[in-house]
Amino acid sequence: MKVFAKLAAGTALGLALLTGAASAENIKIGLVVKSLGNGFFEAANKGAQEAAKEIGGVDIIYTGPTTTTAEGQIEVINALIAQKVDAIAISANDPDAVVPALKKAAQRGIKVISWDSGVNKDGRILHLNPSSNELIGNMCLKLAADHLPDGKGDFAILSATSTSTNQNTWIAEMKKQLPKYPGLSLVTTVYGDDLADKSYREAQGLLSSHPNVKVIVAPTTVGVLAASQAVKDAGKIGQVYVTGLGLPSEMAGAVHSGATKQFAIWNPIDLGYSAAQIAYRLVKKETDGKPGSEINVGRMGKIKVGENGEAAMADPFVYDAKNVDEFAKIF
Amino acid sequence: MSRILKYRELLLVAIILVLIAAFSARAPGFASPKSLANIFNDTSILIILALGQMAVILTKSIDLSVAANLSFTGMAVAMLNSAYPEVPLPLLIAAALGIGAGLGAINGFMVWRIGIPAIVATLGTLTIYRGMAFVLSGGAWVNQTQMTPAFLNTPRLPVLGLPLLGWTALLVIAIIATVFTRTVFGRSLYAAGGNPTAALYAGVDVGRAKFFAFMLSGALAGLCGYLWVSRYAVAYVDIAAGFELDTVAACVIGGISTLGGIGSVGGAVLGALFLGVIKNALPVINVSPFWQMAISGLVIIIAVLFNARQERRKGRLILRDAAKSRPVRMETPVEGAAA
Repeated sequence: MKVFAKLAAGTALGLALLTGAASAENIKIGLVVKSLGNGFFEAANKGAQEAAKEIGGVDIIYTGPTTTTAEGQIEVINALIAQKVDAIAISANDPDAVVPALKKAAQRGIKVISWDSGVNKDGRILHLNPSSNELIGNMCLKLAADHLPDGKGDFAILSATSTSTNQNTWIAEMKKQLPKYPGLSLVTTVYGDDLADKSYREAQGLLSSHPNVKVIVAPTTVGVLAASQAVKDAGKIGQVYVTGLGLPSEMAGAVHSGATKQFAIWNPIDLGYSAAQIAYRLVKKETDGKPGSEINVGRMGKIKVGENGEAAMADPFVYDAKNVDEFAKIF
Repeated sequence: MSRILKYRELLLVAIILVLIAAFSARAPGFASPKSLANIFNDTSILIILALGQMAVILTKSIDLSVAANLSFTGMAVAMLNSAYPEVPLPLLIAAALGIGAGLGAINGFMVWRIGIPAIVATLGTLTIYRGMAFVLSGGAWVNQTQMTPAFLNTPRLPVLGLPLLGWTALLVIAIIATVFTRTVFGRSLYAAGGNPTAALYAGVDVGRAKFFAFMLSGALAGLCGYLWVSRYAVAYVDIAAGFELDTVAACVIGGISTLGGIGSVGGAVLGALFLGVIKNALPVINVSPFWQMAISGLVIIIAVLFNARQERRKGRLILRDAAKSRPVRMETPVEGAAA
């Protein structure tokens, strides 16, 4: 779950004010990450650089502390203020601790947004979530349908703990959107507690007690891996598929074995790209980033800012045998 | 005494058989040979860990760090395998045993030479070992694609219908049973826990016995580190979180007295199998997940209650009386003298 906690951002933050910088100079956007040397953020930087190249006249300053601490990020933010950047896009280590430093930046006219892992409302103009609960629920159903012939058949959910907030929200969304997929029926929900051994046993239990279940959907990294292994060990590859949310590096083996055809997770490259695009639009005053406004984010289309200044980027990105190895190198 | 112990084991066998029969009434196929082999295979790791735990409990101590040791060693061998895929598997298994034994020796040293109570020492190392696993890996996972096929698949190789993982457990059971009943070390474990004073007079070094018990427990935990990582094809810091409690539960259910000195290998194995049967049955008999935890806990308490009653009625009474008549804090000075 740790990985998801990191990825599934809580709130959004973004604070953007206009800088007085002359337009002749390049626009400088500070991309602040939780820590340097993390493949996920390296990939986000790749996306931000792509956006900068596409727009032209934009410099991305990719920076962050070496360990995931709020103190380290505060230092980094102060350094960016001193460098007179035009915008800061941050994935925060702490939603509250960095707010004073970000407020200081805002007072100097720097536009601040948060992405991935959010900052409290006071510290930013808007927050960019990688996806929304609604989109994730829908994606899980779509993945299940894609693994079934004609999209019809039984599936089961393998979750983490029965008290996990984000898991339960996603499961509730799946149930709500189930009518959109006629023929797809949810047989049961089991809980593997994000423990490899318990998840494995629960998956085994599903295989023997529900022989009609053809797809196991696990919206958790530990669960989706353990279920893939259980299906493989039971010799049911090709009869039962596992899908859900997982990281490419972890899931590559399951995709190669055939236990999983497709799975999804947000794409860090797109996330970095969108964060840079939004920061640029704010600096250019193309939008004020207020709730209700729509922001043009290049190839990602338009993103609408919702309540609390939170915006959801897109559907989770689908990985399969064709692209999993490429992304497995990144995160 | 041995007659009573045998009786308890037979009882446990009967309970397990009744459970299997009851579960298979609700989930047909649960009692099929294939499914039973699966359950045994799934319980192998718990059996091996429980035997290590038993050695420690026999000496009136407890090892709470087994799961953390498993996590650290599993992470270490997985990283070794991914960094140097050419290192042969036997060497990696030897490394797992060695690292595990080393970590166990740290526990043993603290209990033997420094005199820290086992529960405190291992509670500390529980956190330390898991923390070290985090430091070692930097929090990163070692994934299936990074490990070699031989590393991952060897414990899965079926031999006569049972994977090698299950055979490993059988081998460990055989070795431990021989050691505990036929060697000086094995008997000294019983003596050290059963009556430390008498053990001292009989020439048994109680502290040393504890030290080696911890080392044995550590080595087996290290072996399980490899087995766990290969079974679930992934190594991360939180693997087997909370598993130490299962090993203690298996011992207690199997009639290993927490007061030390009493218990048989068969008991510990049956205790582990009892937990294994329940763990494997709950997912297939369609019990609400919200009830599962409560049911597991209840069954454990009933089993232990039953055992405790048995213990009180026979045999133990004599030892209790003996314990009453000897000075209360006898154990510590004796250990000091032994050291």
